[in-house]
Amino acid sequence: MKVLVPVKRVIDFNVAVRVKADRTGVDLTNVKMSINPFDEIAVEEAVRLKEKGKASEIIAVSIGPVGAQETLRTALAMGADRAILVKHDGELEPLGVAKILKAVAMEEKPGLVILGKQAIDDDCNQVGQMLAALLDWPQGTFAAKVEIEEGSIAVTREVDGGLQTVSLKLPAIVTTDLRLNEPRYASLPNIMKARKKPIAEKTMADYGVDAAPRLKVLEVREPEKRRAGARVASATELVGKLRERGVI
Amino acid sequence: MAALVLAEHNNSSLDEATAKTVTAAAQISLPVHILVAGVNCAGVAGQAAKLAGVEKVLLADDARYANFLAEPMAELVLSRAAPYDAILAPATANGKNILPRVAAKLDVPQISEILAVESADVFRRPIYAGNAIQKVEAKGFKKIITVRVAAFAATPAGGNAAIETIPVAGDPELSRFVGENLSRSERPELTGARIVISGGRGLQSKDNFALIERIADRLGAAVGASRAAVDAGFVPNDRQVGQTGKIVAPELYIAVGISGAIQHLAGMKDSKVIVAINKDEGAPIFGVADYGLVADLFEALPEFEKALDR
Repeated sequence: MKVLVPVKRVIDFNVAVRVKADRTGVDLTNVKMSINPFDEIAVEEAVRLKEKGKASEIIAVSIGPVGAQETLRTALAMGADRAILVKHDGELEPLGVAKILKAVAMEEKPGLVILGKQAIDDDCNQVGQMLAALLDWPQGTFAAKVEIEEGSIAVTREVDGGLQTVSLKLPAIVTTDLRLNEPRYASLPNIMKARKKPIAEKTMADYGVDAAPRLKVLEVREPEKRRAGARVASATELVGKLRERGVI
Repeated sequence: MAALVLAEHNNSSLDEATAKTVTAAAQISLPVHILVAGVNCAGVAGQAAKLAGVEKVLLADDARYANFLAEPMAELVLSRAAPYDAILAPATANGKNILPRVAAKLDVPQISEILAVESADVFRRPIYAGNAIQKVEAKGFKKIITVRVAAFAATPAGGNAAIETIPVAGDPELSRFVGENLSRSERPELTGARIVISGGRGLQSKDNFALIERIADRLGAAVGASRAAVDAGFVPNDRQVGQTGKIVAPELYIAVGISGAIQHLAGMKDSKVIVAINKDEGAPIFGVADYGLVADLFEALPEFEKALDR
C-alpha cells in the first residue's frame, strides 16, 4: 500500500511572529522556515507503517515555492521514498490545496493519505477533511493512534471528552494530533541519502486545477496585548485580592 | 435567507457551545435555525427550541448519527444546506471534523474559528496561534463557518421554536464507530466553566494533581493542564488548554506550575482574570497575569486552600 504524506512549509514554531507594518500579513523575510510540526508527525507515522510492513512506498508532496524543497528533503531524510513538489508562489486556501492533492491522489492511487490536522500558520484545520470530501473517502481526524487492519484502518481520535475509535474503509484520510508519535531526528547518513532521492517538480497547470483564493484578507493585525498586573506576596493575599475582585 | 447552526450535544443535553454559536449566527443572517442530529435526542431539540430568537429546530433522530461521524453527518447537513446563506458550527472536535467536509462538497471555502462578526461578510479570526488576527471577507458564496465559542456570549433562554422532524440523509457507510473512552467528571466542562485551574509540568506527577483538584472542587472550577503535563501523562489529553487543545476564556484562570509557552497562552489569554503561581519569576506566564505569585506551588496551594476556609 502506498502512503501519500502532504507536508507544508511554515514559519518555525519557535519563531516569534511579527505582523507587517502595513497590516497586509506576517513578515516572512529572513525567518526560519520548517516542516509543519503536525505534518512531521504524519511523516513519522508513515515511516513506522513502512517499518511494520504495512506500507510499501511513502510519497511526500508539498505545494509551495521552491523553498518547499527543503521541507520535502526533511521528509525524505526521515524515511519517505520520493517526493513531489507542486510549485506555486502566492496564497492558497485549504480548498485549493485539497483540490491539488486530490489530483495527486488520483494519479498516485495511495491506500492512505496521512497529514497534519492543521498548519501552525493559518490554523485552519481543513485540508484533510476537504480532501476526504473531494475523494469521497472516510476521514479519521485528530488521530492519537492508528492501526491498519484487513481493508480498513482503526483510528483513535482525540475528541472533546476523551478518545473515540472509528474504523474506516481504505482508502482513507488520517489527520494527526500531537500524541500520535514523537518524530525521529534524521541521522546524518539519512540526510545524505535523502539528497539522492528524487523530487518530481510539477506545476499547478499539470493538474489543471483552479485553486484561486476566494476569501479576501482585508487586514492582519496584532492581537490586543495583555499587560502584566501586580505581584502578590502570598497565597493568602492572593485569595484576598480575588475576593475583592469578586471572582471567587 | 437564514443561518443554520449545527448543534453540539451528547444525545441527552445541549452543549452551551451551541447557544454561543447561535449568537454569532444571528449577527450574520436571520432567522436562525438549529440542526440537532443524534439518536434519541428529542430532549436536546427541546432544549435548543428554548434559545431566544431561534425560529426553527430541525431534528434528525437516527442511529447513524449516534456518534456524530463526519461522513453521515456531512451528508445530512448537505441535504439541508440549500436555503441557508450561512452554516455554522462551534469549533469543537465535532464541528472541526464535520464542517470542512460540508464546505468542500459545496465547493466553498470555510472560515475557521471566527472571533468576531464585523459585518455579514467580514469576520475576524486568529492565525499563528493567536499571535495575529486576520480580518477576512467572504462574499458571493455560502458561508461555512466554525466559531470560537469562548469569544461569544451564550444566547439566553426565552424562545419557543417549532421542532420539525426531518428525514435522514444517505449514509456513505465508509466509517464505523468502534468505541470511546470519555473521562467522566463531576466538574464543569473546561470550555464552559466560570473558573479554570490548570497545572503544568511543575506539578511533577499525576498524584500531585490532587492539590489542584481539591481547590477546583472548592471553587466549582474545571481542571485544565498544559501540554507538558498531558505529554507527561499527569492528566488525559482532553484536559489540554492551548493552541491545539481547548481554548478557554473563563472569568478566572489560575495557572499553576505552568511556564506559559506561546501555545498555552493562545488557549487562555482571553480569560477575564489570570492568576499565575510559579516559582520561576522569569516565567512568561507572569507577563499576562493580573496577579502573580512567585512561590513553590507545594507550599502555595495548601495555603491557598486554607485561605479559602477563612
